[in-house]
Amino acid sequence: MRLVGVRGVSKVFANGVKALAGVSLDVQAGEFLSVLGPSGCGKSTLLRLIAGLAQPTTGTIDWSDEGGRGDLGFVFQEPTLMPWATALANVALPLKLRGIAKGEREARAAEALENVGLKGFERVWPRELSGGMKMRVSLARALVVQPRLLLMDEPFAALDEITRHRLNDDLLALWQRSGVTIVFVTHSVFESVFLSQRIVVMTARPGRVSAELAVTTPHPRSQAFRTSAEYAAWCRKASSRLGEAMAA
Amino acid sequence: MTGAKVIAPIVLGVLMLALWEGIVRAVGIPPYILPGPILVAKTLVADWSTLEPSLLVTVRITLEALAAAVVIGGLLAILFSLSRWIELSLFPYAIILQVTPIVAIAPLIIVWADNVELSLLICAWLVAFFPILSNTILGLRSVDPNLLDLFQLYGAGRWRTLADLRLPAALPYFLGGLRISGGLALIGAVVAEFVAGTGGNASGLAWRILESGYQLKIPRMFAALVLISATGIVIFLLLSWLSHLLLRRWHESALVTER
Ligand SMILES: Nc1ncnc2c1ncn2[C@@H]1O[C@H](COP(=O)(O)OP(=O)(O)OP(=O)(O)O)[C@@H](O)[C@H]1O
Ligand SMILES: [Mg+2]
Repeated sequence: MRLVGVRGVSKVFANGVKALAGVSLDVQAGEFLSVLGPSGCGKSTLLRLIAGLAQPTTGTIDWSDEGGRGDLGFVFQEPTLMPWATALANVALPLKLRGIAKGEREARAAEALENVGLKGFERVWPRELSGGMKMRVSLARALVVQPRLLLMDEPFAALDEITRHRLNDDLLALWQRSGVTIVFVTHSVFESVFLSQRIVVMTARPGRVSAELAVTTPHPRSQAFRTSAEYAAWCRKASSRLGEAMAA
Repeated sequence: MTGAKVIAPIVLGVLMLALWEGIVRAVGIPPYILPGPILVAKTLVADWSTLEPSLLVTVRITLEALAAAVVIGGLLAILFSLSRWIELSLFPYAIILQVTPIVAIAPLIIVWADNVELSLLICAWLVAFFPILSNTILGLRSVDPNLLDLFQLYGAGRWRTLADLRLPAALPYFLGGLRISGGLALIGAVVAEFVAGTGGNASGLAWRILESGYQLKIPRMFAALVLISATGIVIFLLLSWLSHLLLRRWHESALVTER
Protein backbone atom coordinates (compact mmCIF):
# COMPACT_ATOMS: atom_id res chain seq x y z
CA MET A 1 0.00 0.00 0.00
CA ARG A 2 1.28 3.43 -0.93
CA LEU A 3 1.84 5.85 1.94
CA VAL A 4 2.97 8.92 0.01
CA GLY A 5 3.61 9.70 -3.63
CA VAL A 6 6.00 12.33 -4.96
CA ARG A 7 4.62 13.43 -8.32
CA GLY A 8 6.85 15.28 -10.76
CA VAL A 9 8.26 17.53 -8.09
CA SER A 10 10.64 20.35 -9.02
CA LYS A 11 12.18 22.89 -6.71
CA VAL A 12 13.76 26.13 -7.80
CA PHE A 13 15.05 28.31 -4.97
CA ALA A 14 14.61 32.07 -4.86
CA ASN A 15 18.27 32.53 -5.83
CA GLY A 16 17.67 30.59 -9.05
CA VAL A 17 19.30 27.32 -7.96
CA LYS A 18 17.39 24.41 -9.44
CA ALA A 19 17.64 21.65 -6.85
CA LEU A 20 15.12 19.11 -8.12
CA ALA A 21 13.79 18.56 -11.64
CA GLY A 22 10.73 16.34 -11.87
CA VAL A 23 11.20 13.80 -9.13
CA SER A 24 8.61 11.05 -8.92
CA LEU A 25 8.63 8.19 -6.45
CA ASP A 26 6.27 6.18 -4.31
CA VAL A 27 6.87 5.32 -0.68
CA GLN A 28 5.12 2.09 0.35
CA ALA A 29 3.73 1.77 3.85
CA GLY A 30 6.13 -0.07 6.13
CA GLU A 31 9.07 -0.18 3.74
CA PHE A 32 12.69 0.86 4.29
CA LEU A 33 13.60 3.07 1.34
CA SER A 34 16.99 4.66 0.77
CA VAL A 35 17.63 7.70 -1.38
CA LEU A 36 21.16 7.54 -2.73
CA GLY A 37 22.78 10.41 -4.57
CA PRO A 38 25.84 12.63 -4.83
CA SER A 39 26.31 15.62 -2.56
CA GLY A 40 24.20 18.62 -3.55
CA CYS A 41 21.73 16.68 -5.70
CA GLY A 42 18.75 17.81 -3.64
CA LYS A 43 18.24 14.92 -1.21
CA SER A 44 17.73 17.18 1.81
CA THR A 45 15.43 19.36 -0.25
CA LEU A 46 13.36 16.30 -1.20
CA LEU A 47 12.95 15.31 2.47
CA ARG A 48 11.96 18.85 3.45
CA LEU A 49 9.33 18.85 0.70
CA ILE A 50 7.90 15.53 1.88
CA ALA A 51 7.85 16.87 5.45
CA GLY A 52 5.98 19.99 4.33
CA LEU A 53 8.79 22.26 5.53
CA ALA A 54 9.04 23.71 2.02
CA GLN A 55 6.69 23.83 -0.95
CA PRO A 56 7.47 22.34 -4.36
CA THR A 57 7.76 24.79 -7.27
CA THR A 58 5.85 22.36 -9.46
CA GLY A 59 4.40 18.92 -8.82
CA THR A 60 2.65 17.57 -5.75
CA ILE A 61 3.15 15.40 -2.70
CA ASP A 62 0.16 13.06 -2.39
CA TRP A 63 -0.71 11.43 0.91
CA SER A 64 -2.90 8.41 0.50
CA ASP A 65 -4.72 9.03 3.78
CA GLU A 66 -7.49 11.55 4.19
CA GLY A 67 -5.74 12.97 7.20
CA GLY A 68 -2.69 14.13 5.23
CA ARG A 69 0.77 13.65 6.52
CA GLY A 70 -0.03 13.21 10.21
CA ASP A 71 2.86 13.03 12.62
CA LEU A 72 6.30 12.66 11.10
CA GLY A 73 9.67 11.91 12.57
CA PHE A 74 12.67 13.81 11.22
CA VAL A 75 16.30 13.04 11.96
CA PHE A 76 18.86 15.55 10.74
CA GLN A 77 22.48 15.07 9.79
CA GLU A 78 23.50 16.63 13.12
CA PRO A 79 21.83 15.57 16.37
CA THR A 80 20.20 19.04 16.61
CA LEU A 81 19.48 18.83 20.33
CA MET A 82 18.62 21.82 22.49
CA PRO A 83 21.74 22.22 24.66
CA TRP A 84 19.73 23.81 27.48
CA ALA A 85 17.48 20.80 27.93
CA THR A 86 18.14 17.32 29.31
CA ALA A 87 17.95 14.24 27.12
CA LEU A 88 14.46 13.57 28.44
CA ALA A 89 13.24 17.10 27.76
CA ASN A 90 14.73 16.97 24.27
CA VAL A 91 12.91 13.75 23.47
CA ALA A 92 9.68 15.09 24.98
CA LEU A 93 9.80 18.25 22.82
CA PRO A 94 7.50 17.10 19.99
CA LEU A 95 4.92 16.00 22.57
CA LYS A 96 5.22 19.34 24.36
CA LEU A 97 4.65 21.20 21.10
CA ARG A 98 1.65 18.97 20.52
CA GLY A 99 0.26 20.10 23.87
CA ILE A 100 0.52 16.79 25.73
CA ALA A 101 0.57 17.02 29.54
CA LYS A 102 3.89 16.88 31.33
CA GLY A 103 3.37 13.57 33.12
CA GLU A 104 2.39 11.70 30.00
CA ARG A 105 5.04 13.19 27.76
CA GLU A 106 7.81 12.40 30.22
CA ALA A 107 6.65 8.82 30.54
CA ARG A 108 6.55 8.45 26.77
CA ALA A 109 9.92 10.17 26.34
CA ALA A 110 11.49 7.85 28.91
CA GLU A 111 10.11 4.88 27.03
CA ALA A 112 11.46 6.23 23.73
CA LEU A 113 14.91 6.67 25.30
CA GLU A 114 14.79 3.12 26.53
CA ASN A 115 13.92 1.95 23.00
CA VAL A 116 17.12 3.47 21.61
CA GLY A 117 19.22 1.94 24.38
CA LEU A 118 19.56 5.02 26.58
CA LYS A 119 17.74 3.96 29.70
CA GLY A 120 19.21 5.81 32.68
CA PHE A 121 20.33 8.83 30.62
CA GLU A 122 17.12 10.84 31.14
CA ARG A 123 18.70 13.60 33.23
CA VAL A 124 21.91 13.90 31.24
CA TRP A 125 22.74 17.10 29.34
CA PRO A 126 23.56 16.88 25.62
CA ARG A 127 27.15 18.06 26.12
CA GLU A 128 27.80 15.06 28.35
CA LEU A 129 26.82 12.61 25.59
CA SER A 130 29.04 11.14 22.87
CA GLY A 131 28.23 11.74 19.21
CA GLY A 132 26.56 8.35 18.84
CA MET A 133 24.50 8.83 21.97
CA LYS A 134 23.35 12.26 20.81
CA MET A 135 22.19 10.65 17.58
CA ARG A 136 20.27 8.07 19.60
CA VAL A 137 18.54 10.88 21.51
CA SER A 138 17.69 12.50 18.20
CA LEU A 139 16.26 9.20 16.97
CA ALA A 140 14.22 8.79 20.15
CA ARG A 141 12.83 12.30 19.66
CA ALA A 142 11.75 11.40 16.12
CA LEU A 143 10.09 8.18 17.29
CA VAL A 144 8.36 9.54 20.39
CA VAL A 145 5.33 10.71 18.42
CA GLN A 146 4.98 7.19 16.96
CA PRO A 147 5.17 8.52 13.41
CA ARG A 148 4.01 6.55 10.41
CA LEU A 149 6.87 7.97 8.40
CA LEU A 150 10.42 8.55 9.60
CA LEU A 151 12.55 10.83 7.43
CA MET A 152 16.30 10.53 8.02
CA ASP A 153 18.80 12.88 6.39
CA GLU A 154 22.25 11.26 6.40
CA PRO A 155 21.88 10.78 10.14
CA PHE A 156 25.02 8.73 10.72
CA ALA A 157 27.34 10.36 8.17
CA ALA A 158 29.37 12.16 10.82
CA LEU A 159 29.92 9.13 13.04
CA ASP A 160 32.83 6.69 13.10
CA GLU A 161 32.36 3.35 11.40
CA ILE A 162 31.98 1.24 14.54
CA THR A 163 29.30 3.53 15.95
CA ARG A 164 27.62 3.76 12.56
CA HIS A 165 27.38 -0.03 12.23
CA ARG A 166 25.87 -0.36 15.70
CA LEU A 167 23.34 2.35 14.97
CA ASN A 168 22.49 0.72 11.63
CA ASP A 169 21.80 -2.58 13.42
CA ASP A 170 19.70 -0.89 16.10
CA LEU A 171 17.79 1.13 13.52
CA LEU A 172 16.87 -2.03 11.62
CA ALA A 173 15.73 -3.68 14.84
CA LEU A 174 13.60 -0.63 15.67
CA TRP A 175 12.14 -0.59 12.18
CA GLN A 176 11.15 -4.25 12.37
CA ARG A 177 9.73 -3.86 15.85
CA SER A 178 7.66 -0.74 15.19
CA GLY A 179 6.55 -1.16 11.60
CA VAL A 180 7.37 2.49 10.84
CA THR A 181 8.04 3.52 7.24
CA ILE A 182 11.55 4.91 6.73
CA VAL A 183 12.97 7.14 4.01
CA PHE A 184 16.69 7.20 4.59
CA VAL A 185 18.91 9.65 2.71
CA THR A 186 22.55 8.72 2.34
CA HIS A 187 25.49 9.10 0.00
CA SER A 188 26.97 5.79 1.14
CA VAL A 189 26.35 2.86 -1.20
CA PHE A 190 27.26 0.40 1.58
CA GLU A 191 24.87 1.89 4.09
CA SER A 192 21.99 1.99 1.63
CA VAL A 193 22.49 -1.64 0.64
CA PHE A 194 22.82 -2.89 4.19
CA LEU A 195 19.71 -1.11 5.43
CA SER A 196 17.12 -0.90 2.75
CA GLN A 197 14.66 -2.96 0.78
CA ARG A 198 14.68 -0.49 -2.07
CA ILE A 199 17.18 2.13 -3.23
CA VAL A 200 16.25 5.18 -5.26
CA VAL A 201 19.31 6.55 -7.08
CA MET A 202 19.38 10.25 -7.91
CA THR A 203 21.36 12.19 -10.51
CA ALA A 204 23.60 15.16 -9.76
CA ARG A 205 21.88 18.55 -9.47
CA PRO A 206 19.22 19.19 -10.56
CA GLY A 207 18.20 15.91 -8.97
CA ARG A 208 16.06 13.40 -10.81
CA VAL A 209 15.36 9.75 -10.09
CA SER A 210 17.77 7.84 -12.28
CA ALA A 211 17.25 4.25 -11.16
CA GLU A 212 15.53 2.07 -8.61
CA LEU A 213 17.07 -1.04 -7.15
CA ALA A 214 15.24 -3.62 -5.03
CA VAL A 215 17.60 -5.23 -2.52
CA THR A 216 15.76 -8.48 -2.14
CA THR A 217 17.84 -10.08 0.61
CA PRO A 218 15.31 -10.59 3.42
CA HIS A 219 15.48 -8.91 6.84
CA PRO A 220 16.59 -9.41 9.56
CA ARG A 221 20.08 -8.89 8.22
CA SER A 222 22.86 -9.98 10.47
CA GLN A 223 26.50 -9.01 10.82
CA ALA A 224 27.30 -11.93 8.53
CA PHE A 225 25.43 -10.18 5.71
CA ARG A 226 27.97 -7.34 5.84
CA THR A 227 30.79 -9.61 4.77
CA SER A 228 28.84 -11.91 2.45
CA ALA A 229 29.39 -12.23 -1.29
CA GLU A 230 25.72 -11.40 -1.74
CA TYR A 231 26.24 -8.04 -0.02
CA ALA A 232 29.27 -7.33 -2.18
CA ALA A 233 27.24 -8.10 -5.29
CA TRP A 234 24.46 -5.70 -4.25
CA CYS A 235 27.03 -3.01 -3.53
CA ARG A 236 28.59 -3.48 -6.98
CA LYS A 237 25.18 -3.15 -8.57
CA ALA A 238 24.25 -0.05 -6.57
CA SER A 239 27.64 1.52 -7.28
CA SER A 240 27.28 1.07 -11.01
CA ARG A 241 23.76 2.57 -10.87
CA LEU A 242 25.17 5.54 -8.99
CA GLY A 243 27.99 5.81 -11.53
CA GLU A 244 25.46 5.88 -14.38
CA ALA A 245 23.36 8.45 -12.54
CA MET A 246 26.33 10.76 -12.08
CA ALA A 247 27.41 10.39 -15.70
CA ALA A 248 23.89 11.15 -16.94
CA MET B 1 44.22 27.09 40.07
CA THR B 2 41.31 29.02 41.62
CA GLY B 3 43.59 29.90 44.53
CA ALA B 4 46.23 31.30 42.21
CA LYS B 5 43.57 33.20 40.28
CA VAL B 6 42.68 35.11 43.44
CA ILE B 7 46.09 35.34 45.09
CA ALA B 8 48.14 36.49 42.10
CA PRO B 9 46.27 39.77 41.50
CA ILE B 10 46.08 40.46 45.25
CA VAL B 11 49.83 40.02 45.70
CA LEU B 12 50.46 42.32 42.72
CA GLY B 13 47.97 44.86 44.08
CA VAL B 14 49.59 44.95 47.52
CA LEU B 15 53.03 45.34 45.96
CA MET B 16 51.88 48.26 43.80
CA LEU B 17 50.22 49.97 46.78
CA ALA B 18 53.41 49.54 48.84
CA LEU B 19 55.48 50.99 45.99
CA TRP B 20 53.08 53.93 45.70
CA GLU B 21 53.22 54.62 49.45
CA GLY B 22 57.02 54.25 49.41
CA ILE B 23 57.51 56.70 46.56
CA VAL B 24 55.12 59.26 48.06
CA ARG B 25 57.07 59.14 51.34
CA ALA B 26 60.56 58.96 49.86
CA VAL B 27 60.07 61.83 47.43
CA GLY B 28 57.89 63.74 49.86
CA ILE B 29 55.02 64.40 47.44
CA PRO B 30 52.47 66.63 49.15
CA PRO B 31 49.00 65.06 49.68
CA TYR B 32 47.27 67.73 47.55
CA ILE B 33 49.25 66.44 44.55
CA LEU B 34 49.24 62.70 45.24
CA PRO B 35 48.11 61.22 48.56
CA GLY B 36 49.49 57.82 49.55
CA PRO B 37 47.15 54.85 49.79
CA ILE B 38 47.19 54.89 53.60
CA LEU B 39 45.99 58.49 53.67
CA VAL B 40 43.31 57.64 51.09
CA ALA B 41 42.11 54.77 53.28
CA LYS B 42 42.05 57.02 56.35
CA THR B 43 40.06 59.64 54.44
CA LEU B 44 37.64 56.99 53.29
CA VAL B 45 36.91 56.14 56.91
CA ALA B 46 36.95 59.73 58.18
CA ASP B 47 34.68 61.08 55.41
CA TRP B 48 32.41 58.05 55.32
CA SER B 49 29.43 60.06 56.51
CA THR B 50 29.61 62.29 53.39
CA LEU B 51 30.76 59.57 50.99
CA GLU B 52 28.22 56.91 51.92
CA PRO B 53 25.06 58.82 50.85
CA SER B 54 26.79 59.69 47.58
CA LEU B 55 27.76 56.08 47.03
CA LEU B 56 24.15 55.05 47.57
CA VAL B 57 22.92 57.65 45.07
CA THR B 58 25.36 56.47 42.39
CA VAL B 59 24.62 52.80 43.02
CA ARG B 60 20.88 53.44 42.92
CA ILE B 61 21.02 55.34 39.62
CA THR B 62 23.28 52.68 38.13
CA LEU B 63 21.03 49.80 39.12
CA GLU B 64 17.87 51.58 38.02
CA ALA B 65 19.44 52.38 34.66
CA LEU B 66 20.59 48.79 34.28
CA ALA B 67 17.14 47.46 35.13
CA ALA B 68 15.58 49.83 32.59
CA ALA B 69 18.16 48.74 30.02
CA VAL B 70 17.32 45.09 30.61
CA VAL B 71 13.58 45.63 30.33
CA ILE B 72 13.57 48.05 27.40
CA GLY B 73 16.54 46.53 25.56
CA GLY B 74 15.18 43.02 26.01
CA LEU B 75 11.64 43.88 24.96
CA LEU B 76 12.84 45.84 21.93
CA ALA B 77 15.01 42.90 20.90
CA ILE B 78 12.02 40.55 21.12
CA LEU B 79 9.87 43.01 19.18
CA PHE B 80 12.55 43.30 16.49
CA SER B 81 12.81 39.54 16.23
CA LEU B 82 9.06 39.25 15.74
CA SER B 83 8.73 41.92 13.10
CA ARG B 84 11.25 42.67 10.40
CA TRP B 85 9.50 45.97 9.66
CA ILE B 86 9.72 47.28 13.19
CA GLU B 87 13.38 46.37 13.25
CA LEU B 88 14.11 48.01 9.91
CA SER B 89 12.45 51.24 10.99
CA LEU B 90 13.71 51.46 14.58
CA PHE B 91 17.18 49.96 14.61
CA PRO B 92 18.93 52.90 12.87
CA TYR B 93 17.67 55.18 15.64
CA ALA B 94 18.99 52.84 18.29
CA ILE B 95 22.37 53.09 16.59
CA ILE B 96 22.16 56.90 16.47
CA LEU B 97 21.48 56.95 20.20
CA GLN B 98 24.42 54.66 20.74
CA VAL B 99 27.00 56.57 18.68
CA THR B 100 26.06 60.03 19.97
CA PRO B 101 28.49 60.85 22.80
CA ILE B 102 26.59 61.00 26.05
CA VAL B 103 28.44 64.14 27.18
CA ALA B 104 27.08 65.89 24.11
CA ILE B 105 23.42 65.13 24.78
CA ALA B 106 23.48 65.08 28.57
CA PRO B 107 23.00 68.88 28.87
CA LEU B 108 19.91 68.67 26.66
CA ILE B 109 18.46 65.85 28.67
CA ILE B 110 19.14 67.74 31.88
CA VAL B 111 17.28 70.74 30.48
CA TRP B 112 14.34 68.66 29.28
CA ALA B 113 13.88 66.52 32.36
CA ASP B 114 13.41 69.04 35.13
CA ASN B 115 14.37 66.47 37.73
CA VAL B 116 18.15 65.97 38.06
CA GLU B 117 18.00 62.38 39.19
CA LEU B 118 15.66 61.44 36.36
CA SER B 119 17.98 63.03 33.81
CA LEU B 120 20.97 61.13 35.23
CA LEU B 121 18.93 57.96 35.00
CA ILE B 122 18.05 58.62 31.36
CA CYS B 123 21.71 59.29 30.50
CA ALA B 124 22.93 56.13 32.21
CA TRP B 125 20.19 54.13 30.52
CA LEU B 126 21.11 55.53 27.10
CA VAL B 127 24.67 54.34 27.53
CA ALA B 128 23.70 50.95 28.94
CA PHE B 129 20.88 49.67 26.78
CA PHE B 130 22.56 49.17 23.42
CA PRO B 131 24.77 46.16 24.26
CA ILE B 132 21.75 44.37 25.67
CA LEU B 133 19.66 45.21 22.63
CA SER B 134 22.20 44.23 19.99
CA ASN B 135 23.41 41.10 21.79
CA THR B 136 19.89 39.86 22.43
CA ILE B 137 18.91 40.44 18.81
CA LEU B 138 21.96 38.46 17.72
CA GLY B 139 21.04 35.66 20.13
CA LEU B 140 17.40 35.51 19.06
CA ARG B 141 18.61 35.06 15.49
CA SER B 142 21.34 32.54 16.23
CA VAL B 143 18.96 29.64 16.39
CA ASP B 144 19.83 26.33 14.77
CA PRO B 145 17.72 26.32 11.57
CA ASN B 146 17.12 22.59 11.99
CA LEU B 147 15.56 23.23 15.39
CA LEU B 148 13.36 25.86 13.77
CA ASP B 149 12.29 23.24 11.23
CA LEU B 150 11.52 20.85 14.05
CA PHE B 151 9.32 23.42 15.80
CA GLN B 152 7.53 24.08 12.52
CA LEU B 153 7.13 20.36 11.88
CA TYR B 154 5.27 19.92 15.15
CA GLY B 155 3.10 22.97 14.60
CA ALA B 156 4.63 25.42 17.10
CA GLY B 157 3.43 29.01 16.65
CA ARG B 158 5.67 32.03 16.87
CA TRP B 159 5.11 32.59 20.62
CA ARG B 160 5.85 28.97 21.44
CA THR B 161 8.96 29.13 19.28
CA LEU B 162 9.96 32.35 21.02
CA ALA B 163 9.50 30.97 24.50
CA ASP B 164 10.94 27.50 24.05
CA LEU B 165 13.56 28.08 21.37
CA ARG B 166 14.58 31.66 20.68
CA LEU B 167 14.73 32.92 24.27
CA PRO B 168 16.84 30.06 25.65
CA ALA B 169 19.13 30.26 22.63
CA ALA B 170 19.52 34.01 23.22
CA LEU B 171 20.24 33.72 26.94
CA PRO B 172 24.06 33.45 26.71
CA TYR B 173 24.18 36.42 24.34
CA PHE B 174 21.88 38.46 26.58
CA LEU B 175 24.05 37.73 29.62
CA GLY B 176 27.15 38.76 27.68
CA GLY B 177 25.45 42.06 26.86
CA LEU B 178 24.35 42.44 30.46
CA ARG B 179 27.92 42.25 31.76
CA ILE B 180 28.99 45.02 29.39
CA SER B 181 25.94 47.11 30.23
CA GLY B 182 26.57 46.81 33.97
CA GLY B 183 29.86 48.68 33.61
CA LEU B 184 28.42 51.13 31.10
CA ALA B 185 25.48 52.03 33.36
CA LEU B 186 27.95 53.06 36.06
CA ILE B 187 30.03 55.07 33.61
CA GLY B 188 26.88 56.71 32.27
CA ALA B 189 25.70 57.63 35.76
CA VAL B 190 29.07 59.17 36.67
CA VAL B 191 29.60 61.01 33.40
CA ALA B 192 26.10 62.46 33.45
CA GLU B 193 26.61 63.73 36.95
CA PHE B 194 29.84 65.42 35.93
CA VAL B 195 27.97 67.18 33.14
CA ALA B 196 25.07 68.10 35.38
CA GLY B 197 27.57 69.37 37.94
CA THR B 198 24.88 69.86 40.54
CA GLY B 199 25.23 69.64 44.28
CA GLY B 200 22.26 69.61 46.58
CA ASN B 201 20.79 66.87 48.65
CA ALA B 202 21.05 63.95 46.25
CA SER B 203 24.59 64.11 44.90
CA GLY B 204 26.49 61.05 43.79
CA LEU B 205 30.17 60.22 43.82
CA ALA B 206 30.95 62.25 40.70
CA TRP B 207 29.79 65.37 42.47
CA ARG B 208 32.01 64.48 45.44
CA ILE B 209 34.97 64.30 43.09
CA LEU B 210 34.17 67.70 41.55
CA GLU B 211 33.61 69.23 44.96
CA SER B 212 36.85 67.82 46.36
CA GLY B 213 38.64 69.24 43.34
CA TYR B 214 37.28 72.73 44.01
CA GLN B 215 38.24 72.45 47.67
CA LEU B 216 41.62 70.84 46.95
CA LYS B 217 40.66 67.88 49.15
CA ILE B 218 42.59 65.51 46.95
CA PRO B 219 42.60 62.53 49.36
CA ARG B 220 38.81 62.63 49.40
CA MET B 221 38.79 62.75 45.63
CA PHE B 222 40.82 59.56 45.61
CA ALA B 223 38.52 57.98 48.17
CA ALA B 224 35.50 58.70 45.93
CA LEU B 225 37.39 57.28 42.97
CA VAL B 226 38.11 54.10 44.91
CA LEU B 227 34.42 53.75 45.66
CA ILE B 228 33.46 54.12 41.99
CA SER B 229 35.97 51.46 40.95
CA ALA B 230 34.84 49.15 43.74
CA THR B 231 31.22 49.57 42.64
CA GLY B 232 32.16 48.68 39.07
CA ILE B 233 34.04 45.58 40.20
CA VAL B 234 31.22 44.39 42.43
CA ILE B 235 28.67 44.83 39.63
CA PHE B 236 30.89 42.90 37.24
CA LEU B 237 31.42 40.07 39.72
CA LEU B 238 27.73 39.81 40.53
CA LEU B 239 26.75 39.69 36.86
CA SER B 240 29.45 37.12 36.10
CA TRP B 241 28.18 35.00 38.95
CA LEU B 242 24.61 35.29 37.70
CA SER B 243 25.73 34.30 34.23
CA HIS B 244 27.61 31.31 35.57
CA LEU B 245 24.60 30.25 37.62
CA LEU B 246 22.27 30.32 34.63
CA LEU B 247 24.59 28.72 32.10
CA ARG B 248 26.75 26.28 34.01
CA ARG B 249 24.65 23.25 33.19
CA TRP B 250 24.69 23.55 29.47
CA HIS B 251 26.66 26.34 27.87
CA GLU B 252 30.24 26.01 26.61
CA SER B 253 31.26 29.30 28.21
CA ALA B 254 30.65 27.81 31.67
CA LEU B 255 32.21 24.48 30.84
CA VAL B 256 34.92 23.27 33.18
CA THR B 257 37.09 20.89 31.20
CA GLU B 258 38.78 18.17 33.14
CA ARG B 259 42.30 17.44 32.03
N1 LIG C 1 17.28 27.49 0.98
C1 LIG C 1 18.06 27.36 -0.12
N2 LIG C 1 18.24 28.42 -0.92
C2 LIG C 1 18.99 28.32 -2.03
N3 LIG C 1 19.61 27.21 -2.45
C3 LIG C 1 19.47 26.11 -1.68
C4 LIG C 1 18.70 26.14 -0.47
N4 LIG C 1 18.74 24.91 0.07
C5 LIG C 1 19.52 24.16 -0.74
N5 LIG C 1 19.95 24.88 -1.80
C6 LIG C 1 20.77 24.39 -2.92
O1 LIG C 1 20.08 23.32 -3.51
C7 LIG C 1 20.98 22.28 -3.88
C8 LIG C 1 20.54 20.98 -3.24
O2 LIG C 1 20.69 21.09 -1.83
P1 LIG C 1 20.43 19.90 -0.83
O3 LIG C 1 20.83 20.37 0.51
O4 LIG C 1 19.05 19.42 -1.00
O5 LIG C 1 21.45 18.80 -1.37
P2 LIG C 1 21.84 17.39 -0.72
O6 LIG C 1 21.65 16.37 -1.77
O7 LIG C 1 21.12 17.21 0.55
O8 LIG C 1 23.39 17.58 -0.45
P3 LIG C 1 24.29 16.94 0.70
O9 LIG C 1 24.47 15.51 0.36
O10 LIG C 1 25.58 17.70 0.59
O11 LIG C 1 23.58 17.16 1.99
C9 LIG C 1 22.35 22.74 -3.44
O12 LIG C 1 23.02 23.25 -4.55
C10 LIG C 1 22.08 23.83 -2.45
O13 LIG C 1 23.10 24.79 -2.51
MG1 LIG D 1 21.75 17.13 2.58
